[in-house]
Amino acid sequence: MTMNHYRWRKITNVLMVGTATLSATLAALALIAVLAFVLVKGVSALNADFFLRLPTPVGVPGGGVANAIVGSLIVVGLAALFAVPVGLGTGIYLSEFGDNRFGDLVRYLADVLAGVPSIVMGIFAYIIIVARQGHFSALSGSFALGMMMLPAIVRTTEEMLRMVPNTLREGALALGVPRWRAIVSVVLPAAAGGVITGIMLAIGRIAGETAPLLFTAFGNPYWNTNVNEPVATLPLTLFTYAISPYDDWQSKAWGTALVLVGLVLIANLIGRRVWRNVGAQK
Amino acid sequence: MIRQLSRPHRNRGDRIFQGWTWLMAATVLALIGLLLYELVLGALPAISRFGFGFLTGQTWNPVSGQFGALPAIYGTVVSSLLALAIAGPVGLLAAIYLAEFAPPWLDGPLSFLIELLATIPSVVFGLWGLYVLVPVLRSPIETTLHNTLGFLPLLGCTPLGLGMLAAVAILALMILPYVTAVARDMLRAVPDDQREAMLALGATRWEMAWKAVVPYARSGIVGGMMLALGRAVGETMAVTMLIGNRPEISACLFSPSYTLASQIANEFTEATTDMYVSVLIELGLILFAVTLILNGIARLLVWRVRSKS
Repeated sequence: MTMNHYRWRKITNVLMVGTATLSATLAALALIAVLAFVLVKGVSALNADFFLRLPTPVGVPGGGVANAIVGSLIVVGLAALFAVPVGLGTGIYLSEFGDNRFGDLVRYLADVLAGVPSIVMGIFAYIIIVARQGHFSALSGSFALGMMMLPAIVRTTEEMLRMVPNTLREGALALGVPRWRAIVSVVLPAAAGGVITGIMLAIGRIAGETAPLLFTAFGNPYWNTNVNEPVATLPLTLFTYAISPYDDWQSKAWGTALVLVGLVLIANLIGRRVWRNVGAQK
Repeated sequence: MIRQLSRPHRNRGDRIFQGWTWLMAATVLALIGLLLYELVLGALPAISRFGFGFLTGQTWNPVSGQFGALPAIYGTVVSSLLALAIAGPVGLLAAIYLAEFAPPWLDGPLSFLIELLATIPSVVFGLWGLYVLVPVLRSPIETTLHNTLGFLPLLGCTPLGLGMLAAVAILALMILPYVTAVARDMLRAVPDDQREAMLALGATRWEMAWKAVVPYARSGIVGGMMLALGRAVGETMAVTMLIGNRPEISACLFSPSYTLASQIANEFTEATTDMYVSVLIELGLILFAVTLILNGIARLLVWRVRSKS
């Protein structure tokens, strides 16, 4: 009886450790499969034209997604232009002046904002910009994406600034500089690496967002650099190509996916590189 | 942070600087307020027209102006819960392996892979699902299930590939990295005393992990799963591409369905009447409310573990 019980426990141990190992392996394999398909199928769709030309109509071979690459850069760039100053300022406020009721409220609502589904952000941008103006625009897409970046920037800025030791602030103040000088010239530079990492990671995350752009940036088969008009973006182009019934477009969808994943990864790697450099300094 | 150290702000530069940062914080506050206000305002015509019947109505016919949200609510709940039912156990087991059994050199590459996957856009998962997952699902998986167990209502309808099962599978894959990452962090936060005490009692390694480590981190792990559930509920693109997009409630796993997010994504640009737009905004409001509740519970649970350790 006791012998049996002991053996049973050993068997359970081997079985369950095995199941856990298998789970981790399966998860890793499934995810590698996604990446591998994007890489293999994507590479075969890439050529110089893919990066340099406009999309061709159905049935006309060749062409590329140059307008979507430029469009994505415009939309994401504008989103950052809106979200970075607001997020940075809010983060500074929360860390340096925000130990009060108002600060707690902002902190809590920024958390709420982080959980808003991306499609809902698209609706919001549609209501306050597209519906009022009466037409789709790159600007409204940027606004939706910027709203999605905000909470991440606010939170990392606050956390990074709070990690700066108080002795630095005290040292600067002891030299007789005003508080704003202490923050701008001493505290912010000390936290810059972490803040930039946070911003780059946020950019990487929104660069692939599709849902908020469906009824804001909308898409455009032609060149457009006017932010007040609809613009093509990589995620939307990928979506349109992917659900189309044409082989040529479907193949281009894989190419677009590879370019998009590549851009997102570059943003991430830059962010991590900055972070590592800062870590090395300390 | 150093309010006590300095005198009240007499310096003009300080007043301007603090004013600017306050203004930015107030802007964030105002934007969130505006978001709530505009959503409620936009949904108001639909709310006053259909009332609570909107939540239980099953007919969706924009032409005749009949709208019921139940199929989308049902599809959202079922697809997210089933995805969690798959990704939850697998993710927890993978996290136990990573935190308790894995050799240290494996930790770096695997953590990198998990972080990498969290950055892959949803639309790319949708593409992969459409051209790699769906063909495999349709045949052999769904066809075999249908032919052998087709007498069950769950597997009774024609296997199409696109449908609830495809959406569940892609959602499970997409939330797996989150479940694993949070659970691993929570297990890591468990003090080693727990492990040592259990091993000293003669427990096997599995008994140590399952009876001493996991229970200690339980509420954090559950919180991570709720967070993942919140993501699955709001997930739009991959689901829209795979679920088949039909506003119908069906007991069958293979049948095309709809979720709140995918119904908005599909129909918003086609909404021709003001009432139609308002109805879709109300769907967004429901979606927002659901994720808000899920995230609130999740944060409470995760926070409890973090403050304990």
